[in-house]
Amino acid sequence: MIPAEFDYLAPTSVEEVIAALAEHGDDAKILAGGQSLLPVLRMRLNAPEVVIDLGRIEALRGVRDDGDAIVIGAMTPHSVVGGDPLVAEHALLITKAVEHLADAQVRHRGTFGGALAHADPAGDLGAPALALGAQFVIAGAGGTRTVEADDFFVDLFETAIEDGEVLTEVRIPKHTGWGARYEKFVRVAHQWPIVAIAATVRAEGGTIAEARVGMTNMGSTPLRARAVEAALTGQPATEDAVRAAAAQAADGANPPSDLNGDADYRRHLATVLTRRAVLSAAGA
Amino acid sequence: MARINLTVDGASVSDDVEPRMLLVQYLREKLGKTGTVIGCDTSNCGACTVHLDGTSVKSCNVLAVQAEGCEVTTIEGLADTVDTDLHQVQESFRECHGLQCGFCTPGMIMQSVDLLKENPHPSEEEIRLGLEGNLCRCTGYHNIVKAVQHAATAAGGAR
Repeated sequence: MIPAEFDYLAPTSVEEVIAALAEHGDDAKILAGGQSLLPVLRMRLNAPEVVIDLGRIEALRGVRDDGDAIVIGAMTPHSVVGGDPLVAEHALLITKAVEHLADAQVRHRGTFGGALAHADPAGDLGAPALALGAQFVIAGAGGTRTVEADDFFVDLFETAIEDGEVLTEVRIPKHTGWGARYEKFVRVAHQWPIVAIAATVRAEGGTIAEARVGMTNMGSTPLRARAVEAALTGQPATEDAVRAAAAQAADGANPPSDLNGDADYRRHLATVLTRRAVLSAAGA
Repeated sequence: MARINLTVDGASVSDDVEPRMLLVQYLREKLGKTGTVIGCDTSNCGACTVHLDGTSVKSCNVLAVQAEGCEVTTIEGLADTVDTDLHQVQESFRECHGLQCGFCTPGMIMQSVDLLKENPHPSEEEIRLGLEGNLCRCTGYHNIVKAVQHAATAAGGAR
């Protein structure tokens, strides 16, 4: 199908985007890589009057080192993030999650910031971003502000980005030397995960010194399994110890029920996938 | 209407298009390049895969206006990029009979070329993962994978 008619704007600076958002308000929709928005427009689930394409804003692309963090421009394509040596060195969990995100064509076109701002609870980047304590830099008429990962994901497809604002970059605190694993459970190729677990671990010898665990599709937003993280700290990276900690993965989660599985099945999956992801991330 | 200027299969083209026009529509309806096909409405099938500035994209999931200033290669111009009658991957699909009904073939070939460019020595699993975004409803994947292996071998990338 063909999208409904819209006016197309292709600004070349963030300032122009903010001016366009101020002018068109609710009638406007931001186009990043378009890999989620274009299907929505084609199926006419949404019909904005104005589409603001961020694709011409070079300043929003690329990965850079910023001291204790790496900074990923919102318009950096997944394929670039996935192949970036800085990301692999300091935020391996992101590299692992991007590796099996959608398919090759979508990874060439889809963007890091676009996927996070879309906030699909089954999207692959929310859980890693949450686990790594990412900070979201959001520009608006009043300048820029930074939102912590814990406050960024508000609800189903809803983030802390307000009307008139745009996500410009994501800062990921460096987790240099941490092992990582994104354990994604799907029935068939290039499907959304039924459940996925993002785990990153700082191991010292055979001991888990620190662990961070994020969960995909276990609620209306990505979730952090803090009880598991606490239980893992100081534990040996053994099957039994990790299994015991992972048993708490679904505590407090409110996963959906759908044709792929009911909520109890997802709770069970979360514990199994957490065990696998943590053991792998710990190098065990 | 919006003015776009781009290069398609080596030729410069310039047109006024509606912003809502998809790149695949532009290729087929404005330029008559019907070698690129539309297989689904959901961006799952990959039949419409083309190269945009050298990397594979699903042309049903790109607006024509987003291709402004870009270089597009379709299945119709693929052989010209290597100045032969058929690109090696096309040759290998023919040799290995990497198709049944043939509808998914243009996209399969364009994605295979991209895959081999990024990884000239793919294992069978890497080929299957690399073609994850391309569906063959005849379930002819085995010969498609063989065709990609054949092309890699022919190009000196066997393993």
